[in-house]
Amino acid sequence: MNYTWNWGIFWELNPEGTGTYLDMLLMGLRWTLATAALAAAIALVFGSIIGVIRTLPHRGLVLAGDAWVEFFRNIPLLVQLFLWYFVLPELLPKAAGTWLKTLPNASFWTGAIGVGLFMSSRVAEQVKAGIRSLPRGQSLAGTALGLTTAQTYRYILLPMAFRIILPPLTSELLNTVKNTSVALTIGLMELTARTRAMQEYSFQVFEAFTAATLIYLALNAALTFLMRRLERAVAVPGYVTGK
Amino acid sequence: MSSSAAPMIEMAAVSKWYSPQFQVLKDCTTSVDRGEVVVVCGPSGSGKSTLIKCVNALEPFQAGTIRVDGINLSDPGTNLPKLRARIGMVFQHFELFPHLRITENLCLAQEKVLGRSREEAMAKGRALLDRVGLSEHAEKFPGQLSGGQQQRVAIARALAMDPIAMLFDEPTSALDPEMITEVLDVMVELAREGMTMMVVTHEMGFARKVAHRVVFMDRGEIIEDRSKDEFFGSPRSDRAQLFLSKILSH
Repeated sequence: MNYTWNWGIFWELNPEGTGTYLDMLLMGLRWTLATAALAAAIALVFGSIIGVIRTLPHRGLVLAGDAWVEFFRNIPLLVQLFLWYFVLPELLPKAAGTWLKTLPNASFWTGAIGVGLFMSSRVAEQVKAGIRSLPRGQSLAGTALGLTTAQTYRYILLPMAFRIILPPLTSELLNTVKNTSVALTIGLMELTARTRAMQEYSFQVFEAFTAATLIYLALNAALTFLMRRLERAVAVPGYVTGK
Repeated sequence: MSSSAAPMIEMAAVSKWYSPQFQVLKDCTTSVDRGEVVVVCGPSGSGKSTLIKCVNALEPFQAGTIRVDGINLSDPGTNLPKLRARIGMVFQHFELFPHLRITENLCLAQEKVLGRSREEAMAKGRALLDRVGLSEHAEKFPGQLSGGQQQRVAIARALAMDPIAMLFDEPTSALDPEMITEVLDVMVELAREGMTMMVVTHEMGFARKVAHRVVFMDRGEIIEDRSKDEFFGSPRSDRAQLFLSKILSH
C-alpha cells in the first residue's frame, strides 16, 4: 500500500476556508449532536405516546398505534429520509412543496424528524413492553383508588415502566446518534459527511475515518456513562425486577 | 340517593361471561349491610375474586345490577372513579406502588383524587400507619418491607380514603404463614369498629371470629349465603360440606 500517513493533517487549513480540518470535523459533530438531540426528543415523545396508546383498552387507538410502528419500523431509514426529503415536497400542493424545499437547513430538519420518527417506533415497542411487564394489579390498584386512566399512567405505570426500559432505551439513544449519519445522503453536513469531505480534500482517508470513529466512540461512551448514572439515580430501593 | 336502611352493597342477578362459552358468574345475588362483614369463600376458580372486583367495577359484568350506597354501577351517569375512591380495596399481592415511599403511597390518591393538601394527606397517612403499627417504616419503599408489612400498608392506603366499605381480595393468600396473623389482626379490629367489609378469604378462623354472613361460591354460582353460625353449624350443600371438610381438616 502506497500511503503517506500524516497525523498532522488535522491542524492544517481546510480548503473551505473554515479553519483547520479538525474544525471541519467538529462542525460536523455539532450537526450530529443537534440532529441526534432533536431526533431523540422526537423519538421519546412520540414513542411514549404511541407506546401508551397501544396498551389502552381501545381497539381503534391500538390499531392506529400498531400501524404507526409497522410503518416506521418496516421501511429502511434511508428510504424514509428519501421519502421525506425528495418525494413529500412533490406530493404536497405546489406552494407547500416550494416552502419545504426552500426551508433553511431543510436537510437538518428532515434528517432529525426522519430519524426521530423512525426511532419512535422502536421506543414505542419498548414503552409498550415496559408497561406490559408490570403486574396487572398495579393499574387495578390505581383504578380502585379512584385515579383516572391518565393519572394511573402518569403516577403509577409510566414511572415504573420507564425505569424498567432504561437499559434498552440507552441502546436506542446510541442507535439514534449513529443513525444521524444516514442524513448525509440528503445533504446534511454532519460528522460522517465532514469526514468524507476531509478525505476528498486531503486524501488522508485513514486519519479522517480514525478521527470519526474515535469521536463517535467517545460520544456514545459518554452517553452510556450518563445513562448508567441516570439508572442508578432513579433505581428504586428494595425493588427486584421480575418479582 | 342513599338511605341508611338500604344495604351498602346490593348485587342482583349478576352474570359475567369471558366468552360466549365461558360464564364466570351466574346470577349472583347477595348484599352487604352497613357495618356488616361478609366472607366470600369457595374453591379456586369459583369466581369469588371476580365477584368482589365487580363491586367497584374493576371487572365489567354483562347482566344484573350492582348498587353501592344506592348508586347503580351500570348507570351511564355514574362517575366510576369517584365511586371507587369511596370503596377501599385490598389485593392479594398488595399492589403498593414500588417507586413511591410508604408515605407517598398513602398520600397519592388522597391528593390526586380527593384533592387534599399534602399536609392533610400526610397527617392522615401517618395516623393510619401508626394504627397498623408501621410508623417507623414511613420513609421506606415497599420493596424494603415484608409481605405482611406491605399488606398492612395497603390496608392503611385504602383507609386513608375514608371508605364507606372495604373489599378484601384474598388478602393473606400471598403471605408466609407467620405474617398472616398481623394482617388478620388489623382486619379483625376494623371489623369490630363497624367497617362494612366484603372479604374473599380461606381464613375460616377469621370468618368465625368476625363475619356476620358467609357466602359460599362454586363454579360461578352462589351456593350458600347464610349467617356464620348456620354456615359453620350445618352447611346444607354437599359442595360446601366438602369444601369445609378439606380446608378445616388440618
